[in-house]
Amino acid sequence: MSEHILSIIWLTPLIGMLAVMCLPKENKALIRIVANGFAVLGLLVTIPMILAFDKTNGDFQLVERFDWIPALGAQYYLGVDGFGYLMIILTVVVGWLSILCSWASIQDRVKEYYAFFLFLQAGMLGVFMVLDVFLFYVFWEIMLVPMYFIIGIWGGGKRLYAAIKFFLYTLAGSVLMLLAMLTVYFKHFELFGNYSFAIEDLMRVAAYTGPDMQFWLFWGFFVAFAVKVPMFPFHTWLPDAHTEAPTAGSVILAGILLKMGLYGLVRFAMPMFPKGVTDDLTVTLVAVLSIVGIVYGALVSLMQTDWKRLVAYSSVSHLGFCTLGLIAMNPNGIAGGMLQGFNHGLSTPLLFLAVGVVYDQRHTREIADYGGLANRMPIYTVLFAIAMFASMGMPGLNGFIGEFTILRGALEVSVVWTAFAVLGIVLGAAYLLWLFQRVMLGPIKNPKNEGLKDMNAREILVMAPLIAGCFWIGLYPKPYFEILEPPTNKLVERLDPAYFSSGAPELIEGEVELSQARTEDATTSE
Amino acid sequence: MFFLDSIWLIPMFPLIGAVLMLLFGRRLDPQHPLGPPEDDGHDSHHAPSPGRKLIDLLCPGMVLLSFLFAVGAIIQLQGVDGHRYEVVKWTWLAGLDSGTEVGIRAFTADWGFLLDSLSAVMMLVITGIGFLIHVYSTGYMAHDGGYYRFFGFLNLFLFFMLVLVMANNYVLLFVGWEGVGFCSYGLIGFYFRKQSASNAANKAFIVNRIGDAGFVLGMLLTFSALGTLTFTEIGPALEAGGFHAESAWGPLTVIGLLFFVGATGKSAQLPLHVWLPDAMEGPTPVSALIHAATMVTAGVYLVARSSAIFTLAPNAMLVVAVVGGLTAIFAASIALVQYDIKKVLAYSTVSQLGYMFLACGVGAFWVGIFHLYTHAFFKALLFLGSGSVIHAVGGEQDMRKMGALRDKIPVTYKTMLVGAMAIAGIPGLAGFFSKDEILWKTFSSHHTLLYGLGLLTAMMTAFYMFRLIYMTFFGDNRVAPGTHVHESPRSMTLPLVVLAVGSVLAGWIGTPPVFGPVHDALPSLEHWLSSSVAVEGAHGGADAEHHSALLEWGLMALSVGLALFAIWLSTRLFRTAKYEGEPMHGLVGQGVHRLLLNKYFVDEIYGGAFVDGAAKGGGGLMVRFDRRGIDGAVNGVGGLTRGSSSGTMFFDKWVIDGIVNVIGFGTKLVSYPVRMFQTGLVQNYALHFVIGVGIVAGYYLFR
Repeated sequence: MSEHILSIIWLTPLIGMLAVMCLPKENKALIRIVANGFAVLGLLVTIPMILAFDKTNGDFQLVERFDWIPALGAQYYLGVDGFGYLMIILTVVVGWLSILCSWASIQDRVKEYYAFFLFLQAGMLGVFMVLDVFLFYVFWEIMLVPMYFIIGIWGGGKRLYAAIKFFLYTLAGSVLMLLAMLTVYFKHFELFGNYSFAIEDLMRVAAYTGPDMQFWLFWGFFVAFAVKVPMFPFHTWLPDAHTEAPTAGSVILAGILLKMGLYGLVRFAMPMFPKGVTDDLTVTLVAVLSIVGIVYGALVSLMQTDWKRLVAYSSVSHLGFCTLGLIAMNPNGIAGGMLQGFNHGLSTPLLFLAVGVVYDQRHTREIADYGGLANRMPIYTVLFAIAMFASMGMPGLNGFIGEFTILRGALEVSVVWTAFAVLGIVLGAAYLLWLFQRVMLGPIKNPKNEGLKDMNAREILVMAPLIAGCFWIGLYPKPYFEILEPPTNKLVERLDPAYFSSGAPELIEGEVELSQARTEDATTSE
Repeated sequence: MFFLDSIWLIPMFPLIGAVLMLLFGRRLDPQHPLGPPEDDGHDSHHAPSPGRKLIDLLCPGMVLLSFLFAVGAIIQLQGVDGHRYEVVKWTWLAGLDSGTEVGIRAFTADWGFLLDSLSAVMMLVITGIGFLIHVYSTGYMAHDGGYYRFFGFLNLFLFFMLVLVMANNYVLLFVGWEGVGFCSYGLIGFYFRKQSASNAANKAFIVNRIGDAGFVLGMLLTFSALGTLTFTEIGPALEAGGFHAESAWGPLTVIGLLFFVGATGKSAQLPLHVWLPDAMEGPTPVSALIHAATMVTAGVYLVARSSAIFTLAPNAMLVVAVVGGLTAIFAASIALVQYDIKKVLAYSTVSQLGYMFLACGVGAFWVGIFHLYTHAFFKALLFLGSGSVIHAVGGEQDMRKMGALRDKIPVTYKTMLVGAMAIAGIPGLAGFFSKDEILWKTFSSHHTLLYGLGLLTAMMTAFYMFRLIYMTFFGDNRVAPGTHVHESPRSMTLPLVVLAVGSVLAGWIGTPPVFGPVHDALPSLEHWLSSSVAVEGAHGGADAEHHSALLEWGLMALSVGLALFAIWLSTRLFRTAKYEGEPMHGLVGQGVHRLLLNKYFVDEIYGGAFVDGAAKGGGGLMVRFDRRGIDGAVNGVGGLTRGSSSGTMFFDKWVIDGIVNVIGFGTKLVSYPVRMFQTGLVQNYALHFVIGVGIVAGYYLFR
């Protein structure tokens, strides 16, 4: 068993899907119980991974490797490092919560809904653990199918438009990735004489290809990931998909699907094409798009009249920070970018869950239909406020840690980047506080809101783990940085082998004393 | 060293209070968040419930505990070498290795608390005045709903404020900095049903965020330049890095200016002052505690805390001094004509904060802190007094509808008079010492123009404070008929008396050296602060010694004389004024009066330029770009695909299918005669067969 820890993790929801499909369609309660059971089981089966994972090790761990299609050199090849580890944990938690939060809000085609959700869960988990590019592509694409149906069947008014747009956007990006992937694959065959899709084999190609070639290959991958992130100007599928999807779908989209873009960058695109990503043009373009995304997303959010659309655009702004961190390509930038991705996976699902709570009762997403909810729903107001302040980067909550670390990384590269990115901090407060004012504060003007009920125990339970996570990272982020540090440093060294040696910490006398004095201080005063 | 080692508990007490309120407050005080709808308190009278009594004990009690622990720790600090004690609880932000100008450094910040002479002063002000205001609030808020929410926020505020001043590094300071901003947001918007209250709350938070952006950037640059953000390491790092006073725009100047941008946000200096007057939407105790005595002084604290950096950045110092001086006179001039009693005090606060920055900017950091400390007493007193007045006249804040209250609320009147005298600079009272020290330091460091501004501000201060006193307590009774004017309960007047005593005595720890034996006999704040704040100003602090004592006495007499003149003028104009005509018109002219009454139209300009222009206008443009530009392109591609696919479909249906169909039709056509033969009758087939055989046989036979 212990050598199949990762397989068990991604197969558990798949088995759950099969189990749900075997149940009678009419027995909705049973379907819900079984689906939630498998979601919880999905959480439990990650415990062996957490126990076995060595966070000081930057290499792939818990590796499983078998030949799958020998003729192509495709393998069933799984493994995790710090990046994947955090994403898997995020996926099982957010996946569980999104299944739990659907309990009352989904009444039609319950069986198909849960089957699709568990299928989606399996696909997402697969993405975060495969190390074979071919299999990665399979997981990457297959995940689209359940998401397409979740938006298209259980979504809001314009659900078909949104679902098709989501599907085609992503597919269009993936085509370029497929081309780049095959190019590297054949190049590898040319150079080494054997077919392989394994990540470390394909990484060896980098030493034999020129900057121009790598530039185009990187961009082939990058476009696919940029669509998923989503980066400006590839983002317009997101507001539609987020807005039309059912609550749980938005939660999964914001919480996990967007992180696949970030993960894809650090796992595949950046290490496979170091010369392509460190190219000046690439760096400039990605940084500019990130910064534009930060400001643009925030300003567009400010103008939204639809609650979910507002939150959706805020993702564009937040993810701009993440990509800015990654492209800074130093330890703080990359670790901050990945941590901020994780943070966004906690705080934005919270905001969507919050919308869901009132949407279930009022069936409208228009901000103007609400107002004065604080009069009726004190618990809800407090929880929403926590999510809001986490999202806008209030110190003590998670968002600040990510943003600050990213800005620290960005500053190492350019003061100008940092100065522009800081604007996002100001605007972030503006659109969220204005939303809060319009929705929560003031008197209740619309009589339909008089009857709103405050959150019930299940709704609180769904939000509680995410809120706990927000506080944990905000108050004590050290464990997360410890997990991110080895793979981050490995990636930085691959991109810039001189990073840790050139600016070597030639501590001058005074500083040695200083740091000693500091540690003494810390110990004596304890 | 029990108290010293448990300084981390000092902020924890109010935090416990706040958490208890969050978890159990609603059960202790089960009321609608704001009392019954369409009622913001003050009207309904009912005995406090047992739950409220518990809150009354718990929340102020927690602050009292903090105060006692702070006093204990500061007493023990006297015995510590260097008057500095650090307690590090755990490493908070352990970022990864980072390239800086001093090599690769691990980026860290701790949950660490620093007690030194500077934070000691701040802690005493915060917990001491904080406690008094908590007590006052138990009376002031007695008739409001949301009681637990009020006290929870107030306690939470004290937690963050203590974190702010006790943090041992900039990042933790920023936690407190943002935390107090959050509490301020929550308390300004306390009456959240009022649109104006929630607008003011938003404005406060967002304007502050602009300052915060500068602060964050400043912190990041500090780490880049020095490799540390811990206060005790800044000084050594500056020495080790070989930094000298910068003549132009070096890194330290940029850092200093960015920190000051943060300070202008929090301390409401030009051009970010606009939020503070609006913040008066909050309950009056909040205005006293947060928007007068403590939070808004955080910017001054930040500058003083960074004095080591500022002294090496003379240009940044100059900016601080100029902005401080300009804000002082700008806000004071607005305060001259306001009618809302709290607005007068709000602009007065902005003006006094300008004084503090002026002091810091000319290198007299300790004087800035000194004025912060005396100001906390008399401004808290004035705000609480105004709250007592508002309480007495049933919620009215317009001074044109007050008047002749001095006999009806005597305690409030007397204590407020003390406060007004203190801020006006009457010799012997707290404000006199600190304000005169600021003016003297400004003059002696050769900032003559700024000194002139300061002097003029002092005059205006005396004028508008006595205008407030006269309009409120003298003249004819303009209170709305039917209002039951009553003195406030003991819980409100007692803090007033304590603060009035403080406003008289607080200044004597900062007597100027020219007082000779008196100065020598009393404790000196300058000496106490010298262990944590740079004393030598960048601008020839030593020069001060060369000026003669006579000059100092002379300038002191000048400022006192001008203040007395202003008070006399105010008396002439307002003591018996009837407010049928505006007495200020005669003094400044109608146009100027309008300009001042409308606060120089800054709000309107900002609203047009930034809110409607940049944010909403830009946002609107971008929304259109998103929909028409990007989505237009996406949908265009989609449409094109659909178009071409319907073209393909047409081709499919009419050309390809056409060909297929033609072939099919042809086949059918050809097959038609053939089908005629297929009758299904065996006889016919037999006949065909025979005919066929006959034809074939005939062909062979006759060829």
